[in-house]
Amino acid sequence: MKPVAFDYARPRTIADALELLDARPGAKILAGGQTLGPMLNLRLVQPELLIDITRITDLITVTETDDGVAIGACVTHASIEDGAIGGIASGHLDQVAAGIAYRAVRTRGTIGGSLTHADPAADWFAALLAFGAELEIAGTTGTRRIALDDFVKGAMETDLGPDELVTAVHIRKCGREARHGYHKICRKTGEFAEAIGAVTVEEKTGRFRLVAAGGSHAPVVFTDPSSLFRTADPLDVRSFDVDMTAAALRDAGMNADDYDLRLRAVAMQRAVKEAAQR
Amino acid sequence: MKKQGVGARLVRKEDDRYMRGRGQFVGDIRRAGMKDVAFLRSPVAHARITSINIPEDIQANVVTAADMASVKPITAVTSLPGFKPSNQSILAEGKVRHVGEMIALCIAPTRAEAEDLVARVEVDFEDLPPVHDMLQAREKDSPLIHEGWSDNIFLETLVDYDMADAEREAAVKVSREFSTARQCMSPIEGRGAIAEWDHRLEQLTLHTSTQMPHIVRSGLAECLGLDHGSIRVVAPDVGGGFGYKGILLPEEVCLAWAAMQFGHPVRWLEDRRENLTASANCREHHYVMTAYADKDGKLLGIDAEATVDSGAYSSYPFAACLEAAQVASILPGVYDFPHYRCHTFSAATNKPPILPYRGVARTGVCFAMELMIDAVARELQLEPTDVRLKNLVRPEQMPFDNITHKHFDSGDYPEALRQAIKAIDLKAVRKRQKKGETDGRLLGVGFAMYCEQAAHGTSVYAGWGIPMVPGHEQANARLTPDGGLELRIGAHSHGQGLETTLSQVGHEVLGIPHEKIKVVHGDTAYTPYSTGTWGSRCMVMSGGAVAEACDQLASRARGIAAKMLQCKPGEITLKDGRAHGPSGELSIEEVAHVWYRRPQDLPEDVDPAGLEVTSGYKPERDTGTFSYAAHAVTVAVDPETGEVEILDYVIVEDGGVLVNPMIVDGQIYGGAAQGIGTALYEEMIFDSEAQPLASTLSDYLLPGPTEVPSIRVFHMETPSPYTRFGVKGIGEGGAIAPPAAITNAINDALKNLGAELAVSPVTPRRIVEAIAAVRRSDAA
Repeated sequence: MKPVAFDYARPRTIADALELLDARPGAKILAGGQTLGPMLNLRLVQPELLIDITRITDLITVTETDDGVAIGACVTHASIEDGAIGGIASGHLDQVAAGIAYRAVRTRGTIGGSLTHADPAADWFAALLAFGAELEIAGTTGTRRIALDDFVKGAMETDLGPDELVTAVHIRKCGREARHGYHKICRKTGEFAEAIGAVTVEEKTGRFRLVAAGGSHAPVVFTDPSSLFRTADPLDVRSFDVDMTAAALRDAGMNADDYDLRLRAVAMQRAVKEAAQR
Repeated sequence: MKKQGVGARLVRKEDDRYMRGRGQFVGDIRRAGMKDVAFLRSPVAHARITSINIPEDIQANVVTAADMASVKPITAVTSLPGFKPSNQSILAEGKVRHVGEMIALCIAPTRAEAEDLVARVEVDFEDLPPVHDMLQAREKDSPLIHEGWSDNIFLETLVDYDMADAEREAAVKVSREFSTARQCMSPIEGRGAIAEWDHRLEQLTLHTSTQMPHIVRSGLAECLGLDHGSIRVVAPDVGGGFGYKGILLPEEVCLAWAAMQFGHPVRWLEDRRENLTASANCREHHYVMTAYADKDGKLLGIDAEATVDSGAYSSYPFAACLEAAQVASILPGVYDFPHYRCHTFSAATNKPPILPYRGVARTGVCFAMELMIDAVARELQLEPTDVRLKNLVRPEQMPFDNITHKHFDSGDYPEALRQAIKAIDLKAVRKRQKKGETDGRLLGVGFAMYCEQAAHGTSVYAGWGIPMVPGHEQANARLTPDGGLELRIGAHSHGQGLETTLSQVGHEVLGIPHEKIKVVHGDTAYTPYSTGTWGSRCMVMSGGAVAEACDQLASRARGIAAKMLQCKPGEITLKDGRAHGPSGELSIEEVAHVWYRRPQDLPEDVDPAGLEVTSGYKPERDTGTFSYAAHAVTVAVDPETGEVEILDYVIVEDGGVLVNPMIVDGQIYGGAAQGIGTALYEEMIFDSEAQPLASTLSDYLLPGPTEVPSIRVFHMETPSPYTRFGVKGIGEGGAIAPPAAITNAINDALKNLGAELAVSPVTPRRIVEAIAAVRRSDAA
């Protein structure tokens, strides 16, 4: 399969990109193209114009902020794997990046592109929900910041408007005692996940975020451990209850079968175990 | 000189161009004025076409069946009694019978533009009830795939060797139902072809990615009504075949017709979506089996009903019953037991035709038989390897005619198993199993054995009466004026390394350095007729033919050398590329030089036949060589997630005399990787509308480098008594046993939980659900 004919533009600034997006209703943003490319080839999308944003300097830089880092939307998985975000959270996110697909995909695929596509089986989605990341979005009428939790409206559904562009991902620096865990279950190396568990626990502040993702169902974020653990301690792996968690996922609206629910619960259990061992 | 003949581990000659990216595949070929083709394919599995609406401005670039009335459909019949032939129209006529069936051909300067045309053609369908499942197809009230048929069965066969006796005598009876998923063959290069008409030669030339150029030529001639002489088929470099390219595709016929009609070259390159959803289907078997044994595990008989989902059409040249009919004759495998019954059905469904895939029928058969052996062992609480050792054909029985009259030529099957047991260290695995794993995973060990009939010829295929019966294989050998050797074969090399191994054979006979030997293949204009590359036949057949032609060439060269050295031909010996006579010696180069360039130096009575020979070969018996192997594997199964890790994989293999052991290792690794795909990953699911549910490689999982372990291969070497050099066909075996060995290992791991898998691929979901089912039934 080959794409339909389309125009191609490569603006150098965010403003230029937004202008094109506004002027051409049939336009589509192209970042790393690792999902859009196949979709074009299968003619699932038939845009009139592709706006390639990977040469916009602001989008490919990582900047330190007061409380963490801002990662440009077009920073690639590979550069994060290679240390571009300065080993935030003891390199936990670097490792998540290293587990995405294959190196060839990571070399082109971008963090903003992945989040914008909002595939629940994608790694960034789960990992950054556990971090409580925020997105910066630019539109023709100005910029806004939104929590990833609110950005995600469902599987492949987001809050992004047709004339908007994700420009950066903001990650708050966690305290030194913060613990992170990430566990992905997939059929083979490089495939999209069947199930993902991702967790952040900050004992001092009592902050707890445990994410169930993977497959085709919208992810679920738990901020209260009580429906998942038999004891109050969110780092006590032995008290994590897979059956209770599977039930909690169903209660949270995850419309999956027993196998899928349990697999997510197991992934969550293993993420918690990893966090506890750190 | 370093050893270069039979047995040398030479680096493959062809790898130089492949590893540098210089191979020339169909997709690399350009022709002036060439246009691209895209096919409009059926989106539905079973429907009548009520109308095809082509916008007026593109009518000149769109072809439908109505335009091709003079072209005959592909019909691959067999002479087996009761076989029902199907007509596979080149473009669908009136009705479509599977998703992906071609309805129209669209021509444009580029593939993208051709796809634009496809999108503008509108087809109206009147839906018919689809048949998505082979067992559904067998039901009495099933919708019929082909009008005029009484049922959906291409062929039904039954053999019964006194099965009732086993039922009376047996101490135990173990019954199981097994099935193997429909798969898609996934060569890196898909199919593809360029067709053009040469006005000077009045000849159609088809460059096509095929394993069998001469058979494609015959098929094209029959469909298009052309003389063979008006067609030249060229197979350039081919990026993997595995059986998928051993088929005449309707696309090839359609393209050839279009080239003649439009007057310019036309090209079609299959993309992965077409490959997955429309064409490369294989493997789907279903078995209901009962084993009868005494209390020590000695088999008394096997009773089986086997169904193969043959898909909608009978493919050319192997026909729709290739798999099921073989199942009946090869199900007993490497075992010797007295009673056997096998009832087979080749069922037509609304799916693409089932095509031969590496290890044709054997992979399914091995899965069923080897899982059955383990089931018997579990029933009797015996070690599965002990049950195998009790039932294997023994070396002193060789050559052995088994219950279905297969003639096993040579080998020591029990020894292969004993070596595998030792290599995998069964004792240590059992000890570790008792101790348990600290991470909660379950350890299992599994074995599987098979024997693989290869290079079988006239006597086997004549009985089937398919459009193609292999006879004597031919090769042409020509000394060049500078003392080099050109070998021409009608088969084709696409991963088998024949450019290297046949050079080794040429070197073995003539002593010419292998660097100076060139193997020419894959072009009907340059090579003698051959049924092509399939059935692990080329090392035996083309190798034998090359040796035969080189023998005769040696004799011709001795004749000329004798004239030059003034002695009798019988006094000349050829050694290391030199002709030695009683009073002197000459190099082959000098002999060639004088014959071609200085004939004035030869006497008038020299043999005029010259230094070019075409000769043919058949083994002393053409019932096939039988390679065999024992596979052993240890796995760790995660009962929570169903994930399987292969911890160790051992193959003990006997392929007779190996012409190039390094190439054989490569064949085994590659085959085993495909077998691991069959075991754990590959599955083309069709829904109840017979829609294929995997259209990209993110849905159709293939094993990659991280899923294939380092496999330890051990060789035994029992020469075939019937072939030149004692070689046996070896190309397919690697792909046969892994599904059985791995599933047996998984079942071994799960045996204390009481769960057992009988469906391939063994996916994580199937494992977890099997465990859950046992828990549910225990709770109830």
